[in-house]
Amino acid sequence: MDLKLLDVEPTEAERVVVDLFTGMGRDQLLPALHAVNDRVGWISQGALNHICRVLHIPPAEAYGVASFYSLFSLTERPAKVVHVCVDLACQVNGAKALCDRLTDELGPAGAKSGWLRSPCLGVCEKAPAALAFEAGEVAKEQLLAPTHAGEVIAVAAAGSSRSDDGRAEMPQAGSPGLRLLKRVGVVDPESLDDYRATGGYTALRTALLLGPSGVIREVTDAKLMGRGGAAFPTGRKWDATARQPVRPHYLVCNADESEPGTFKDRLLMEGDPFAVIESMTIAGFAAGCSKGYLYLRGEYPRALHLLRNAIAKARERNFLGENIMGHEGFSFDIEIRRGAGAYICGEETAIFNSIEGFRGEPRSKPPFPVEQGLFGKPTVVNNVETLVNVPVILTEGCEAYTRIGTSGSTGPKLFCLSGNVSRPGVYEVPFGTTLGALLELAGGVPPGRELRAVLLGGAAGGFVRPDELDLPLTLEDARAAGTTLGSGVVLVLDDTADLGSFLVRIAAFFRDESCGQCVPCRIGTVRQEEAMHRLVGKRPLSTSAQDLQLLREVGQVMRDSSICGLGQTAWNAIESALDRLGYAEEATS
Amino acid sequence: MTIVEIGLPKRLVELTLDGESVRVPEGATILDACTAVGKSIPTLCYGDTLKPANACRVCMVEVEGSRTLVPSCSRKVEPGMVVRTESERTRHSRKLVLELLGSATDLSTTPHVDEWMSACGADPSRFGPDAETKLQPTTVDNPLYVRDYGKCIMCYKCVDACGDQWQNSFAISVAGRGFDARISTEFATPLPESACVYCGNCIEVCPTGALSFKREHDKRQDGTWDESKQSQTTTICTFCGVGCNLTLHVQDNEIVKVTSPHESTVTHGNLCIKGRFGWQHVQNR
Ligand SMILES: Cc1cc2nc3c(=O)[nH]c(=O)nc-3n(C[C@H](O)[C@H](O)[C@H](O)COP(=O)(O)O)c2cc1C
Ligand code: SF4
Ligand code: SF4
Ligand code: SF4
Ligand code: FES
Ligand code: FES
Repeated sequence: MDLKLLDVEPTEAERVVVDLFTGMGRDQLLPALHAVNDRVGWISQGALNHICRVLHIPPAEAYGVASFYSLFSLTERPAKVVHVCVDLACQVNGAKALCDRLTDELGPAGAKSGWLRSPCLGVCEKAPAALAFEAGEVAKEQLLAPTHAGEVIAVAAAGSSRSDDGRAEMPQAGSPGLRLLKRVGVVDPESLDDYRATGGYTALRTALLLGPSGVIREVTDAKLMGRGGAAFPTGRKWDATARQPVRPHYLVCNADESEPGTFKDRLLMEGDPFAVIESMTIAGFAAGCSKGYLYLRGEYPRALHLLRNAIAKARERNFLGENIMGHEGFSFDIEIRRGAGAYICGEETAIFNSIEGFRGEPRSKPPFPVEQGLFGKPTVVNNVETLVNVPVILTEGCEAYTRIGTSGSTGPKLFCLSGNVSRPGVYEVPFGTTLGALLELAGGVPPGRELRAVLLGGAAGGFVRPDELDLPLTLEDARAAGTTLGSGVVLVLDDTADLGSFLVRIAAFFRDESCGQCVPCRIGTVRQEEAMHRLVGKRPLSTSAQDLQLLREVGQVMRDSSICGLGQTAWNAIESALDRLGYAEEATS
Repeated sequence: MTIVEIGLPKRLVELTLDGESVRVPEGATILDACTAVGKSIPTLCYGDTLKPANACRVCMVEVEGSRTLVPSCSRKVEPGMVVRTESERTRHSRKLVLELLGSATDLSTTPHVDEWMSACGADPSRFGPDAETKLQPTTVDNPLYVRDYGKCIMCYKCVDACGDQWQNSFAISVAGRGFDARISTEFATPLPESACVYCGNCIEVCPTGALSFKREHDKRQDGTWDESKQSQTTTICTFCGVGCNLTLHVQDNEIVKVTSPHESTVTHGNLCIKGRFGWQHVQNR
């Protein structure tokens, strides 16, 4: 294929960063786009052209990829932009007033004014949140959370004004009995020695003794279920991959964490990065993978730095690389891939396309990832939290592990508490803890307020009522109650929360994040958002009852006929608000 | 596609289709099975010369045991599969998909859509006058073909034909995301500056008339396009030795369009600029 390139040249700065990719291939497109964006803050025609020349990619395709991601701009913008979260937890904590002030003082959100509206930044425990990116020879990021208008304005205008380093809050830090979070907030996340002093890498040693099938047996018998939202049995996934004769096999650790209200994986990666690396290594060993990709959402700069450090140190001491821990023939390494602002890339097949340098559109299944995944090869995709359970299983033994939780939902579980709650943060509890007990742990709603509703499982989840707090948080109880634990979101709304705006935001989220591939979701999410605006604003097409009917019909086609989980669940939370919370009645009365 | 497979004879797979037992060769799709028994299923993004894009979702059917409906154009039959094409759910889905499409795009030149819509009672206007649409001015930036993206349903066929499935020119791609997704060259540069070689293969596969030959477009504009007066003659292109089949569409003793039969083993419906557009000289009288 001969490439026809545009007749535009890159600037010197652009050329220098792109030339570093000389000799590489299509799968480096996303990293190359990041390199340019980090250097100059946007992707010019000259820069994209040069990327295409160096990586040998048709410019129309590279343009299609670059324009897929919301962290990239294909039109000029200033080196510094502040992404201001307007998503669920931040909305409940004053994001709207904050944005109104920014609009007044800086002008409407956009490239010119230097601030942009952003979906959930994954720091909901410190809402409202903003994240500043500044391009330059050394790109800088600064997390502002919790923030206020004055701070955002100061940061947009000048340099940093904040001394804290964006460290996560961990209400349970140091509590006895923690398994997944035992090191978080306690052990230095940069030190491999500290990691080993607290039991790190004993699980990998055990795994190497057990052998791949022994590890798979332990994980299967532990009944470990995926924590990324779909609750698929991990042992089965590993086994199916391990059995594929085709080589190589790949592992993808899904750290895209973009479900609004979810921030547990961030806490794990920032607080215990070596555990993530060790867990991936064990998974790679079990499923016969020679390489692992850690796909990290682009809005997690602190996790990126800590994971890079952890990988480098693990390599130095032969915990990654060839013949790991002296085990002849076991080689495994990890590459971090930064996402660039696209919730859909967390879907397990979209993530492959994104890594390969294509648009992050989900693939049609079958074939399933265990047969044909990344680069067409058998691939295991697991969530960060899922993987971090594996060392717990191997060190405590699968029997001890199954005694945690219930028979249908084994082990410890992380929940992300945010919204109107006194002590927001990530909480580790055994499966089976009731919703009420969990809320109590987090201090309940602020004093003097009343609980209105809880959004369980995220934007793709559903609402439960204050009279349902005795719900045991297990996969089976959630299913029986017609709801879901999803990615562990527990977003609390009290009587001061504006449910209508909250629902409109959920609708807007799906519309913004739809990849656009299939009709039910691409157009359905737009019609859903329009109808929600009408319903909440009491400006019905003819009657609100008719708008409700329209919503239900659109919801049904999205659920039945969308390609992937995004479209299939885009109506769940709104439906549950209408029926379970009684918003349908409220809206039509 | 009627590429004759010269492999081993295929085993037959038995499935139940709307209550009737049907046997089709292994590897066939549900759509193939429907076609075999004379059931017609609406399709838009399916192309007989292309790999399924699975994008339009107008062909969805119900398969017992599946949580969601499945695209008949790409899902392969399996032994014992129980398929329903005319259930409550499939009818609802078809109706809504057509309504959603019709509410956002101009389907006036998409064949069959009117019949499908009236068959299921679809009414795209019920999303209200303020429903956001993709309507936009037509792009005419070259003498050979016209792009009217207000009619585009994002079926991916043109991109697939231009890319690695046929033409390998990669002049166009899907850009943007969600409702903002669109077919575009890099930075939306005009076609003459892009990698386009004017093979017209994208126009050949476009199911909506979003892409059309300039000649056809102009004649439609001035009201002189009349398919009932057109004859089609298939001949062989004389420009080179490949031997592509050309189908000349002639109206009032004038060539108005050139296509190529999809079942031709030489072209599979594809041509190059010479075969597709190099006929003007014939009628320079
Ligand atoms: C739209 C969408 C977004 C998703 N985002 C994530 C994500 O950010 N992280 C994640 O682990 N799983 C996500 N998933 C679920 C993955 O598809 C997949 O099920 C999961 O990564 C498998 O890992 P597990 O078995 O360990 O849970 C998403 C699914 C969908 C449909
Ligand atoms: S359901 Fe939505 S996100 Fe998923 S493939 Fe379809 S358009 Fe893309
Ligand atoms: S005419 Fe041919 S080269 Fe040009 S866009 Fe269409 S398929 Fe691609
Ligand atoms: S232009 Fe035509 S072929 Fe291309 S995506 Fe649109 S409708 Fe499909
Ligand atoms: S950080 Fe704002 S909602 Fe999550
Ligand atoms: S024809 Fe089957 S999805 Fe479009």
